[in-house]
Amino acid sequence: MTANPPSDPNAGHTIRSWLLTTDHKRIAVLYLVSVTFFFLIGGAAAGLVRADLLTPEGDLLTNEGYNRAFTLHGVIMVWFFLIPSIPNVFGNFLIPLMIGARDLAFPRLNLLSWYVYVLGGLFTLIVLLVGGVDTGWTFYTPLSSMFSNGHVVLVAAAVFIVGFSSILTGLNFIVTIHKLRAPGMGWGRMPLFVWSHYATSIILVLATPVLSITLVLIAAERLFGLGIFDPASGGDPLLFQHLFWFYSHPAVYIMVLPALGVISELVAAAARKPVFGYSFVAGSSIAIAIIGFFVWGHHMFVSGQSMYASAVFSFLSLAVAVPSGIKVYNWTATLYKGNILLDPPFLFAMSFIGLFVVGGLTGIALAMLSIDVHVHDTYFVVAHFHYIMVGGTISAYFGALHFWWPKMFGRMYPLTWGRITAATIFFGFNLTFFPQFILGFLGMPRRYHVYAPEFQTLHVLSSAGSTLLGFAYLLPFVYLGYSLVAGKRASANPWGARGLEWTVPSPPPKHNFVEIPTVTGRPYDYPIDKEDSR
Amino acid sequence: MSDFIALWPQSASAYSGRLDLLMWVFTALVVALSAPVFILIAYYAWKYRAGRKADRSDRVNRNTLMEISWALIPFILIVALFVWSTRMFFTVHQPPPDAMEINVVAKQWMWKFEHAGGQREIDELHVPVGEPVRLSMASQDVIHSLYIPALRLKQDVVPGRYTSLWFEADKPGIYALACAEFCGADHSEMTGRFIVMEKPAFAAWLEQAGTDASLAAEGEKLFRDNGCSGCHGPAATVKAPDLEGLYGRPVPLADGRTVTADDQYIRDSILLPQSEIAAGYPEIMPTYKNVLSEDEVMKLVAYIKSLATPEDTP
Ligand code: HEM
Ligand SMILES: [Cu+2]
Repeated sequence: MTANPPSDPNAGHTIRSWLLTTDHKRIAVLYLVSVTFFFLIGGAAAGLVRADLLTPEGDLLTNEGYNRAFTLHGVIMVWFFLIPSIPNVFGNFLIPLMIGARDLAFPRLNLLSWYVYVLGGLFTLIVLLVGGVDTGWTFYTPLSSMFSNGHVVLVAAAVFIVGFSSILTGLNFIVTIHKLRAPGMGWGRMPLFVWSHYATSIILVLATPVLSITLVLIAAERLFGLGIFDPASGGDPLLFQHLFWFYSHPAVYIMVLPALGVISELVAAAARKPVFGYSFVAGSSIAIAIIGFFVWGHHMFVSGQSMYASAVFSFLSLAVAVPSGIKVYNWTATLYKGNILLDPPFLFAMSFIGLFVVGGLTGIALAMLSIDVHVHDTYFVVAHFHYIMVGGTISAYFGALHFWWPKMFGRMYPLTWGRITAATIFFGFNLTFFPQFILGFLGMPRRYHVYAPEFQTLHVLSSAGSTLLGFAYLLPFVYLGYSLVAGKRASANPWGARGLEWTVPSPPPKHNFVEIPTVTGRPYDYPIDKEDSR
Repeated sequence: MSDFIALWPQSASAYSGRLDLLMWVFTALVVALSAPVFILIAYYAWKYRAGRKADRSDRVNRNTLMEISWALIPFILIVALFVWSTRMFFTVHQPPPDAMEINVVAKQWMWKFEHAGGQREIDELHVPVGEPVRLSMASQDVIHSLYIPALRLKQDVVPGRYTSLWFEADKPGIYALACAEFCGADHSEMTGRFIVMEKPAFAAWLEQAGTDASLAAEGEKLFRDNGCSGCHGPAATVKAPDLEGLYGRPVPLADGRTVTADDQYIRDSILLPQSEIAAGYPEIMPTYKNVLSEDEVMKLVAYIKSLATPEDTP
């Protein structure tokens, strides 16, 4: 392949060339920088919370300060890190490359969606500067609409705005995947990463508007006193929970489906084998996206909703575990008779699988009605969703970063450091969150600033783990940053992986493919029997 | 740190023991389902690592029978536990009719408990062993959630509607009680003590906590002081329903529906009178929304209940 032509914006280094780029690869880098920024802020808030919980008295922060810290942590991590992370960074970078296209279907819309994200982010920063908000990321009414004295309307505006960024990205992905696949790339030949982003995009487009409307309703009640959720003016507080979870339950799949796609790629590349049961794995993404719309009531088992409704939601929640289980068993089977590279991406993938299994199985425990009655709104739930979202999604995010970094920036990083980081994250994570399952089962409620002394030991363990975890998350800044300036140049395909993205130079030229490739085989066509070498 | 570290929550009822059993069985099942994944991943990663000689012939990429079996078998096992846990859940939602009633009012940031005899306590709840107790709960402001870990039970307390929780404690002792739904600044201090006593001790406690009047009697006083009796009393000149014997009866509404006059109906009639108009009566009742607090309304409900002839009560 030829060297980059001079007009290539990848060669331009002016700020302007970055801010006006419509190249999906550059937009991916813009997102990488901005989600990392919010990850650091969200992480700092978590650090405050964990430091405060070292002692039962809660003497580091005031009660209001504590409530603001965990609210901001949740809001930032969910809407400004987890939801945009894998789709907007890696989806953006990889979908066109993986399906053999020169860009997304609507390159300018793609840039617009980044600007919308940044605008939402600015609102969040303003909220932070003017004093924060104290409702929890779930904004339950009437606390948020009538009683809170934080900046609820501003933060609702931030989340409302960032929602449009999600919708635009989702639309862009759907159209791209339908229209721009290279000749020969039938649905049965798409990489699983693309399948899972397709499923994610459907949820983004269908669920996000519900959240937007709900936020508008909160603002209307707060600003104009319209009685929507507050019973004192004839509203219904549970209506809010139905609307909120109708979005937010599918939203948890927005956070995890892209991760599942990443892991399928990493496992296949590490084992040098096709993913076992390709069509089951692809189909399970779609099944999760669909069933995920019918389980929101499992967040409301003790809210006073009808017990028959609860039974139905409980059953459907168990059903959603089936496709998740299929994926895990299939990845395991993929490793059988593989030729496994123990490189950083695979170590992240292994920790993903382990932590996702624990998260999923405790999710089933929570879907069991009588168990949920005891552990709902305790640290058990906190541990469950961190196992899925931090142990799962963030491990996959780091796995993706270590796998596609050479492709994105054309440089290798020191693999040993990557391995050390993966192992430290795994250990630090378990030390932070495993004790929280026990805390929850013992009866420690979540969102507690002050707690009973008998819980202290477990809290101290958890805080110690979080220190280690925070440290491990910072390590990649050092060696990935170092690789940018002094790393060895990466070849087009440093891992010997299959997939169209590995057929172009690292980093790819502006329009990805000089000539649009024609796809003739199934994905993951690793050579059989021949001994692979790096 | 006298209690250095606890690993299992205290238990104050037979139900707790049953829930713990379910939890154990569930844990055993999930360990059985997930252990193969953990063991095999580690084993394969070692056995088939790049560069190591191993038999890699006859690799398969699909096997529909296997796919179906590892989707279905775990599902069926889990459905068995679903049936078990759902039955337990239904039990805790169906209080026995003879349960002893205690009213609960939650507000930022305290719990107020009122016994039928009028005894009142704040952030402490005394109950006897071996007797079913039903808590009827209302919130004065935001959503709270009454959580008693030793009973393995919690229930949200939602403004605008009554929720309830019932249990039968069988082990005397002092246990924790907490608010589990985030409710604002002092959420984590909305805690208290749940005190289970032997029956004689409980009777003695009720005696010494004695008050001037029972809930119903206090309700009757409110009924007079707030002018309710002006319309609903025997000497009234306006056309308003007679409340004698109302509780538990079906009430035809102006819009054609029929509802049962339960606690919620009576509460709504006092606070939101326009929402359900009894058929045949003019819409003249004023709202008491800004006049009466939730616990005053509960007393009025207790009074109106006491007017029902016993055979009519469901
Ligand atoms: C096997 C699949 C899963 C099942 C059966 C499941 C079940 C549940 C249940 C029943 C709850 C409600 C617990 C309660 O509030 O008492 C819950 C909470 C939660 N789950 Fe899952 N879950 C599963 C997977 C996931 C995934 C994939 C994610 C995210 C990527 C996730 C994220 C969450 C979050 C964020 C909450 C808590 C929300 C909050 O209250 O702040 N779960 N889960
Ligand atoms: Cu509360």
